Amino acid sequence: MTYLDHAATTPVLPEVLAAMTEQWGRVGNASSLHAGGRAARRAAEQSRERLAEALGARPSEVLFTGGGTESDNLAVKGLFWARREADSRRRRLVVSPAEHHAVLDSAEWLAKHDGAEVTWLSLTPTGRVTPEALADALGNGSDVAMASVMWANNEIGTVSDVAALAATAHAVGVPLHTDAVQAVGQVPVDFTASGVDALTMTGHKLGGPMGAGALLLRRDVECTPLLHGGGQERDVRSGTLDVPAIAGLAVAATTAVTSRVDRAARLAALRDRLVAGVLEQVPDAQLNGAPLDDLLDGTVAGGPGRLPGNAHLSFPGAEGDALLMLLDARGIECSTGSACSAGVARPSHVLTAVGAEADRARSSLRFSLGSTSTDDDVDALLAVIAPVVERARRAGR
Amino acid sequence: MRVLAAMSGGVDSAVAAALAVDAGHDVTGVHLALSPERQTLRSGARGCCSVEDAHDARRVADELGIPFYVWDLAERFTEDVVDDFVAEYAAGRTPNPCLRCNERIKFTAVLDRALALGFDAVVTGHHARLVDGQLRRSVDAAKDQSYVLGVLTADQLAGARFPLGSMTKERVRAIAAERGFAVATKPDSHDICFIPDGDTRGFLTRRLGVHPGPVVDAATGTTVGTHEGTHGFTVGQRRGLGIAVGDQRPRYVLSIEPVTRTVTVGTADLAGVAGVRTAPPTWTGPAPQLPLRAEVQLRAHSAAVPCRVAAGPDGGLVIDLDEAQRGVAPGQSAVLYAPDPVRGDLVLGQGTVAG
Repeated sequence: MTYLDHAATTPVLPEVLAAMTEQWGRVGNASSLHAGGRAARRAAEQSRERLAEALGARPSEVLFTGGGTESDNLAVKGLFWARREADSRRRRLVVSPAEHHAVLDSAEWLAKHDGAEVTWLSLTPTGRVTPEALADALGNGSDVAMASVMWANNEIGTVSDVAALAATAHAVGVPLHTDAVQAVGQVPVDFTASGVDALTMTGHKLGGPMGAGALLLRRDVECTPLLHGGGQERDVRSGTLDVPAIAGLAVAATTAVTSRVDRAARLAALRDRLVAGVLEQVPDAQLNGAPLDDLLDGTVAGGPGRLPGNAHLSFPGAEGDALLMLLDARGIECSTGSACSAGVARPSHVLTAVGAEADRARSSLRFSLGSTSTDDDVDALLAVIAPVVERARRAGR
Repeated sequence: MRVLAAMSGGVDSAVAAALAVDAGHDVTGVHLALSPERQTLRSGARGCCSVEDAHDARRVADELGIPFYVWDLAERFTEDVVDDFVAEYAAGRTPNPCLRCNERIKFTAVLDRALALGFDAVVTGHHARLVDGQLRRSVDAAKDQSYVLGVLTADQLAGARFPLGSMTKERVRAIAAERGFAVATKPDSHDICFIPDGDTRGFLTRRLGVHPGPVVDAATGTTVGTHEGTHGFTVGQRRGLGIAVGDQRPRYVLSIEPVTRTVTVGTADLAGVAGVRTAPPTWTGPAPQLPLRAEVQLRAHSAAVPCRVAAGPDGGLVIDLDEAQRGVAPGQSAVLYAPDPVRGDLVLGQGTVAG
């Protein structure tokens, strides 16, 4: 099996498994006052400190959640509610249309059910949000509850300059949330240095467990809880701490961040070979997103403008789900991007948002590389991609 | 053989897929998403297009260990089946959407795509026999679906497999139960899948609007009632006519005239039809020599009756029924069978009843 879908989820690291297994062997609720509880609490708090350190945050800024979707919901709804409560004029949400559905649907839900108004940001053709676009959408900021722009796009891998966007938002007094689910461990992510007010991350994209994530939230930012109860996590996210998952999450984040530079270089080289090979085999395939060698501010210091493990290509004349099925039958696992709950393939909302024509948006595939990816994986894809595309094109629409 | 199993989420297609796996085929499951507005789990609605059905199909595929995908054919289904259904009623005819779906969706859109993608055939859970390329009635007469497959051509049948034709529905459910499929006890679907509440008249009224007109008695020419739209009626219909007649004898719909919005009704003696004309036919094999003796089934749930079939004007058929039949509705399919009690009645082909 050739696994080219690491952006969907990536294998659990052995050290994560070890850390979690150790915790599962223990008894104790981190909120209990006895010795077992104290031991669980100590493990959770050590994990909090490690996670904070890996992401340039303070431990008190880490709120453990059930993953990326929960963190996004908490940030969008929680900041909206808190900010509007403080000033009823703040009804507007400023959101990139290329966000993950956890952000998009939270914003649209607030618009439909709770009086919010969504302003969609314009994107560059490569899918980036510029400070100018954000400033235009924010206006004087007085009616804006919050803004949300993802650090790196999950489909096409485009990275935005989140620090510049945070400065732009703060200039008009608006808090910025960023979904950094795909960015952590792939590009440099420093919460404090970026200036953002809230940051979503999750474990299973880094070699950690599914169902464990965090929202990094600055201490001075008010956030209305979604989950009420025992008052854990600064009273913003009640619920018994899942200590084994938290331990695994912290180990995964630490490992991913400390090994990032070497891994990113290796994945970028593999990815470049994959894209070049596909374009050689299928000359009219189109690379979506930013150029492979894109740099965020034109310098290496600014970091890459595209995730190193991301290759997102369109094969005009073929349908994405036919390509996916044919590759699956040949042992190659990749993704078309988003699917609704019934599993129906839809034209990529990200490509549609960056202005791609329908054919390009319907014919795309995402290949994403990760810690276990090898040259053999790339070779396996290159061995079959040309006949697969040819057959899918014959199947037409 | 590489086969594509169309999996609706019901018990029949689940067992058909399982039997294809047992037969040693390389099977891939596909659920067809047909409704443009998919029902959510929360609504609890039943019908072939709901998220719940996709889930049920996926569960079976996962248990069988076969790949499973959802194909979005909502646009084509809306155009070729739903819009056609509405247009036919608007024109005073009575369409069969299941037949239309088999003709244009399952054995055109899906089959063509499957063949292009490298599959050899499409497997479905239809209750009909397909032996040596010949389409025959199912062993289970009560569940037989050969009528709604009668429109398929030899080319289409060459790419079709119906593993359930030689077993009863009871046996199908028993196989599903033996395999532990959660759908083993799932109720049969009876309704038109895109009208899950079963209210066809309400559905058509939402699409076509209210267009009142008279209900006229054929014998006297008098108006015996009014209606809210000719789309609420089908030829041969007896119930729900909303009329008052002095003699208390049952009335049947004899004809529907959408332009004048007139529904004509009459007594049983007037409702019988001995001769049927059809549009140009389709044949399940080589076109037979005409005229010929055969049996004809005139709607989905009626018995086939003896007849003589001859070539008519404009390439259609003229079917003379040995005994007059009620409920011969324009738009329905007249499916021709060669009786064969041993191997199952052979489906010859069909023509759409003209009028």
